[in-house]
Amino acid sequence: MTMSSNDQRSVSVKAVDGRAAWEAAFRESKLRDEEFTTLSGAKLEPLYSPEHAKLDYEKDLGYPGSFPFTRGVHPTMYRGRLWTMRQFAGFGSAKQTNQRFKFLLAHGQTGLSTAFDFPTLMGYDSDHAYSAGEVGQVGVAISSLEDMETLFDGIPLGQVSTSMTINGPAAIMLAFYIAAAENQGVSPRDIRGTVQNDILKEYQAQHAWLVPPEPALRMITDVMGHCARHVPQFNTISISGYHIREAGSTAAQELAFTLANGMEYVRRGIAAGLDVDDFAPRLSFFFDSHLDFFEEIAKFRAARRIWARKMRDTFGAKNPRSWMLRFHTQTAGVSLTAQQPENNIVRTAFEALAAVLGGTQSLHTNSMDETLSLPTEKAVKIALRTQQIIAEESEVAHVIDPLAGSYFVEAETNRLEADAEKYFAEIERRGGVVPCIEAGYIQKEIHRSAVLYQRAIEQREKHVVGVNCYVEDGDGKPEIELHRIDPAVEREQHARLAALRKRRDHARAKRELDAIRAACRSKDNLLERFVAAAHAYCTLGEIADVLRSEFGAYKEPKIL
Amino acid sequence: MTDRKIRVLVAKPGLDGHDRGAKTVASALRDYGMEVIYTGLHQTPEAIAEIAAQEDVDVVGLSILSGAHMTLFPRVREELVKRDMAHVVLTGGGIIPSDDMLELEKQGYAKLFGPGTHTEEIAKWIQAEMQRRFAAEARS
Repeated sequence: MTMSSNDQRSVSVKAVDGRAAWEAAFRESKLRDEEFTTLSGAKLEPLYSPEHAKLDYEKDLGYPGSFPFTRGVHPTMYRGRLWTMRQFAGFGSAKQTNQRFKFLLAHGQTGLSTAFDFPTLMGYDSDHAYSAGEVGQVGVAISSLEDMETLFDGIPLGQVSTSMTINGPAAIMLAFYIAAAENQGVSPRDIRGTVQNDILKEYQAQHAWLVPPEPALRMITDVMGHCARHVPQFNTISISGYHIREAGSTAAQELAFTLANGMEYVRRGIAAGLDVDDFAPRLSFFFDSHLDFFEEIAKFRAARRIWARKMRDTFGAKNPRSWMLRFHTQTAGVSLTAQQPENNIVRTAFEALAAVLGGTQSLHTNSMDETLSLPTEKAVKIALRTQQIIAEESEVAHVIDPLAGSYFVEAETNRLEADAEKYFAEIERRGGVVPCIEAGYIQKEIHRSAVLYQRAIEQREKHVVGVNCYVEDGDGKPEIELHRIDPAVEREQHARLAALRKRRDHARAKRELDAIRAACRSKDNLLERFVAAAHAYCTLGEIADVLRSEFGAYKEPKIL
Repeated sequence: MTDRKIRVLVAKPGLDGHDRGAKTVASALRDYGMEVIYTGLHQTPEAIAEIAAQEDVDVVGLSILSGAHMTLFPRVREELVKRDMAHVVLTGGGIIPSDDMLELEKQGYAKLFGPGTHTEEIAKWIQAEMQRRFAAEARS
């Protein structure tokens, strides 16, 4: 049946009338509020229509597995394989964390993710004076290859993929991991995983650094270079927006600063003489999934599109794998409340759903008790089950990028890309990422957003159940069971380190530390030296002390 | 109460890198008219007490999200006492389980503030506490 021109006209006239009628009805109605914004404060329209979501399908969306990857990095997405369920874990001693790892693997987790304690993250041994009270508290204490071997005891490193969240001393921890694999008889060519190794966001947001930016960036290019040749299945950086967001940024700032950092690593790799297509396929990303469901989904889609465009068009990468933004997601720790903590299970569930609808490659779901302490086994299990329910029961994983074409989601994707571009231009105008860090520009931007958000909550422009609405008496005195770290962990760790220092071949350890010092002063690859030092049982603190004495300490700019 | 502005040191002891809360509270206390000094990250207990003494502050607020509170609160107090600063109101907040908060309060530390606290509550509490102390001083 064909439509007469008369019918067509009547349809379009009707559509215009429909729009006008809706607008009139909307204007005359009483609304809950004057203005509606995203969690990040971006203005929202009440209704999205084709004019809000202008796009060229082939150019802006394309197909899963092909440029610009807006719809996903794999042609099959979750029909091929579900995302990796990877719960971040680590506490106490290496032995305790090893048991938690085995618990998680036994309950269906498919990859490991290691949380280190603050002394390890800052490059101090457990028995350093600065480590007092912090050993094993927020993660596992790893001071030597011996601890790393204990951490993965009975876990075949040729078969699991392991993520290690560490940055300042990332190259040293990766060296311990490579050495531990070699001692299990596994070749570095066969180990898989990710080392976070994203120092730029440390200066901006997470603040666990070892040395100033320039030598830190040199260590990163050393890791990229060494791994391209010898550890080809390891992701050498996980360029992370998570900490930027948790420190208070908006969604657009998280997106912009993360990708700006990513582009800086690419520039550094190219400047160090590496071929972009040799290292770019091993770069991976890590984002936050916060409470604003649609803004987050749009952020993930925008991230893929921006990265593909930059890698192909700005950096001239030829290998499609270099264009793909693959990412891990963690639900937003800052969205959890100490008040009525069981509600956190619900928050985490839909943050996780946003990550899945946004096409994440792996996911960590937070546990309900994390605003109070490290999670208990029960809380971790519920968090893992949350992902399994999404994967197995909700049926959302069967259709690729299911929200594409939603006027709203496409408009938000475009808006976030445009907002990120504004920041890229501003960072360039200020001389690049490192000068922006040194001047405190990025830190100030994040702080400003954090203050605005706090004010919005305190003035009840934004609502948090249990905190500024639906408050119950007795909130803040949670009755859930907490996970505590035994202070004996610190004493035992001291004893183990003392025994190790006594037992090892002293001359060999000293030789390796001297070789690191010499490598700092030349262009030799530092990761190679760290692996040799790991095998000689040089400790983390000893290696880091050489770096601190050669490269100096970092002092943060004052922004407050 | 005297006209003098209340002087507060917001401090980050230990290796903990979480500074969102510390900086947000520092900014808010300034908005409530206090003189606020922020130490920056990764401070030793000695350095914190030293700054507190040099700046002659009334209040020291420790922000700890690292789990090391049971070690760091006593260490900072010890260093303050060494510098004749035992009179300082030693308060703080962060990720501190409520049992530990009660224990620290029992040990004589001032009220501690957990996640979700309205910054006005902290400011009002400090103002009231200082008023109480000024009044006590005036009587003696």
